[in-house]
Amino acid sequence: MSNPTNLKYTASHEWVKTEADGSITVGITQHAQELLGDMVFVEAPAAGRKLKAKEECAVVESVKAAADVYAPVSGTVTAANGELDSAPEAINSDPYGAWIFKMKPDNAADVAALLDAAAYQAVVDSEAH
Amino acid sequence: MTTLKQTPLNATHRAMGAKMVDFGGWDMPVNYGSQIDEHHQVRNDCGMFDVSHMRVVDMKGAGVRKFLRYLLANNVDKLTMPGKALYSAMLRPDGHVIDDLIVYFMTEEWFRIVVNAGTADKDLAWMKAQAAVHAPGLDIADHPELAMIAVQGPHARQKVWEALPGSQELSAGLVPFSAVEMGAMFIARTGYTGEDGFEIMLPAKAATFFWNTLAEKGVKPIGLGARDTLRLEAGMNLYGQDMDETVGPLESGLGWTVDLKSERDFIGKAALLANPPDKKLVGLVLLDRGVLRGHQHVKTAHGDGEITSGSFSPTLEKSIALARVPNGVQIGDTVHVEIRDKSLNAKVVKYPFARNGKGLI
Repeated sequence: MSNPTNLKYTASHEWVKTEADGSITVGITQHAQELLGDMVFVEAPAAGRKLKAKEECAVVESVKAAADVYAPVSGTVTAANGELDSAPEAINSDPYGAWIFKMKPDNAADVAALLDAAAYQAVVDSEAH
Repeated sequence: MTTLKQTPLNATHRAMGAKMVDFGGWDMPVNYGSQIDEHHQVRNDCGMFDVSHMRVVDMKGAGVRKFLRYLLANNVDKLTMPGKALYSAMLRPDGHVIDDLIVYFMTEEWFRIVVNAGTADKDLAWMKAQAAVHAPGLDIADHPELAMIAVQGPHARQKVWEALPGSQELSAGLVPFSAVEMGAMFIARTGYTGEDGFEIMLPAKAATFFWNTLAEKGVKPIGLGARDTLRLEAGMNLYGQDMDETVGPLESGLGWTVDLKSERDFIGKAALLANPPDKKLVGLVLLDRGVLRGHQHVKTAHGDGEITSGSFSPTLEKSIALARVPNGVQIGDTVHVEIRDKSLNAKVVKYPFARNGKGLI
């Protein structure tokens, strides 16, 4: 699966989708879910929580390991995906559909400065060596 | 970067799509597809594991039984029928655990031992050092040239019989925890999953052919990831996590393998008798949402403890763990596990958690 080109990415393997109202939706990439394996637990940040860029704000746990999810930019959480409470495996089957949380960025320019699909792929390739 | 050791099946794993990881210096398959599917495959049907990284050690010569009586915490005098196996800890003089192992009684002049991969060199050095003092005539030789394939699950034995002509006649009568030789192969009705099945030792050069034959009979490859959740559900200890050289067997859930009642002396016995432990190993089931993991801190009404192994149980669909806690903690108690910034509730249970296809909690 290639990385969708309409999304932005972080070097810590989050994907970021900009919505029409300027808010962003955040999940973890295909590469990240593949590394972690079968997901069994997701802890998302509560709506209203203020986040700083690169702050640990969610946890995804597979059978194998726990991994932190980081805020891609600074802003305020507006929603958490409650469906993942009962179906964390959606992250494995549909990583770019199974979002973890939504947030309102403090600065739209911070989102524009994130990695594009090609730059993210270069990060993934460099980790393979 | 150091070069990882490879089993004879390394290329086969890669060809089957395995995700390979560094497992104690060995390049091993952690999963081929979904680890949870692999887990259920073994509980409900059967699967095969490459465990060639484990080491076979043969002890041969007169007086081998007498030496093992002294070397091991369990009593090899329980082994009277040729082929029968015994699970035992091997202890230091201070009672701490060097390794856990399986010893097979083949003849009065030959016992075969299988030890863990990560401890094999250390174990062998210890055995030889002890033999030099207590049984100098003994021949102790390890066999890294042997591969080992475990086939586990309710249909495992049937599949092995289909894949290995002549094996049914020899192995159908094996009682659990015993073994028989078949030419250069060694077929043991043992395992690390809580399911029926065999562990088969064979020459490295025959491993790929046998593995592929099993695959043709429909036996699915299973990675070390599912091996860990299967053994945890079955309540089986993992060396390096549930016990090591900092603890003794009695606080590691291995009291049942230590023979303190007979007159027999063994390495570590005096220390065990002199220092009764104030902790014990119990099972935990997480009541809140989350996943128990090794090294998480446990708070109880009787003092603090620590999780030694924890994961998600695919059979129970809950998180489970083994934890070392103060002796006062009782089955049915609720304890608190610190996970990140939270304190979650867990119930103390008697383990195993699951065996023979079924959850027991």
